[in-house]
Amino acid sequence: MITVENLTKTYGAQRAVDDVSFTCEPGSVTGFLGPNGAGKSTTMRMICGLTPPTSGRATVGGVTYQRLGNPGRHVGVLLDASAQHAGRTGREVLSLAAMTMGLDTARVPDRLARVGLTGAAPKRRVRAYSLGMRQRLGLAYAMIGDPSVLILDEPANGLDPEGIHWMRGLLRDFADRGGTVLLSSHLLREVEVIADRLIVIGNGRILTQGDKEQLLGAAGTLVRTTDPAALEALLQRMGLVGTPSSDGSVLVPADPQTIGQAAAAAGVVLLELRPAGAGGLEEMFLRLTSGSDLEGVAR
Amino acid sequence: MTTTTPASTLPAGLPAAAAAPVPLTRLTLVELRKLADTRAGTWLLIVIGLATVATSAILLGWAEGGEQSFGAFFGFGLVPSAVLLPVLGVLSVTSEWSQRTALATFTLVPARGRVLAAKVAAGVLIAIGSTAVTAIWAAGANMLAIATGGDGTWTVDSSLTWQSLLSQMIFVLMGIGFGALLLNTPLAIVIFFALPTVWTILGGTISGLRDVAAWLDLNTTSLALAEPDMTSGEWARLAASVGVWVLIPLVLGTVRVLRREVS
Repeated sequence: MITVENLTKTYGAQRAVDDVSFTCEPGSVTGFLGPNGAGKSTTMRMICGLTPPTSGRATVGGVTYQRLGNPGRHVGVLLDASAQHAGRTGREVLSLAAMTMGLDTARVPDRLARVGLTGAAPKRRVRAYSLGMRQRLGLAYAMIGDPSVLILDEPANGLDPEGIHWMRGLLRDFADRGGTVLLSSHLLREVEVIADRLIVIGNGRILTQGDKEQLLGAAGTLVRTTDPAALEALLQRMGLVGTPSSDGSVLVPADPQTIGQAAAAAGVVLLELRPAGAGGLEEMFLRLTSGSDLEGVAR
Repeated sequence: MTTTTPASTLPAGLPAAAAAPVPLTRLTLVELRKLADTRAGTWLLIVIGLATVATSAILLGWAEGGEQSFGAFFGFGLVPSAVLLPVLGVLSVTSEWSQRTALATFTLVPARGRVLAAKVAAGVLIAIGSTAVTAIWAAGANMLAIATGGDGTWTVDSSLTWQSLLSQMIFVLMGIGFGALLLNTPLAIVIFFALPTVWTILGGTISGLRDVAAWLDLNTTSLALAEPDMTSGEWARLAASVGVWVLIPLVLGTVRVLRREVS
């Protein structure tokens, strides 16, 4: 369980994180979305006690991170996969973590194998690792203490499609067994499949947050009809404005049931009626973040 | 230091294993291992070992028979570690920042003061270890000297043993202090070697500084450690210069590490 209350961080005149509050519940995956420079990493570093907040507080498992004497046994953290000593082997990196947490280093080979670091990889120095291998090592590092909370900053960076698929399965399984996952990304598509909840942040402020289904629903309904003119007239009577797209479907800011009932009553034939989902959320994500941090998106 | 939270006040779901602080002994073992498990650390230790072997070889091969005693092998044998172990001390702190491992280190142990304490303990232990190994090696070399007709005297003033050990510790801790203060590997190593030397030269050439240098020049005051039975005046001057060159960097460096944002 992660609780963030009114976290704020200012650097000079700039508010990197501005009054951010949210909670991550056990058994769920929370996607922390925002363009580069939106304040995701700063928020995560404040949760982990690496950056002192200007105001507000964050707790993990009910206490502030600094009060955890041996946090690795409760929280697994991966903030930057490249932040490992280039001259250490992958196996040594995990052994040091296990030793620090008071665990037997005998578990290290198995943990490396679980993230797909087998063969010569454990004995090679991190310098020779690709970014994808570093992310895998970082995940093994975060999970070696068998934590019940995971905090991961852009864990999909550098992973190939197969690797991203594997990671999704790993995190889904972790949450289904009662774990709490907070993972950030600047790409909606990376997290929308796995996340139960979404938090969208831009320019340091939370723009929207809620259950994924609810947010996807809020993104609108995709409607396709045999008679576009009749649909437009119907929407007009309902006081709604549809956005037609090139493939002939119309994005309507209402839930599917409302549209379906109105269409049935009006005798308009529908060919397709579904939550706009990813496409709609992507549109919303871009809309929400475009005003806040254009340079960030362009980077 | 942080107080341990009684298990009864822990929030539900928080395992006791996560609440109890990592014992300092365990952290010290981890820091000792970190001194040697990187490519830079391993090679530094190998070089120190080879150079120590070389000192005995030089004495055995080229010194007069009368100079081949346990005390000579021991004293000369400590020179490589006296010069290079402080570099290991510098690296133990600066590599956390240059290699950005501070991020992982301080997420596993949020009490940064404990990590620094463990680094200091590891530095002291490696100084003790290297002095002990050098003594054993010097004993071996002395036996060889006896066999080849050298002097082979075993007696060493006991005060000299402790003073040599202290000297090793002082310079390792000075390295850790400079590392913590500067948090940058090349800068800390250069300043560690250059600044005291510059100070020695200034103290020797500027007459007005001579009195101050007698108290605050570690290069000068630590020379007394190589002679048996230091006087109280020598101890006082050593303590003053250790305060300036070791304690002040350690304290200011600790403050810097505690306050610095890790990213």
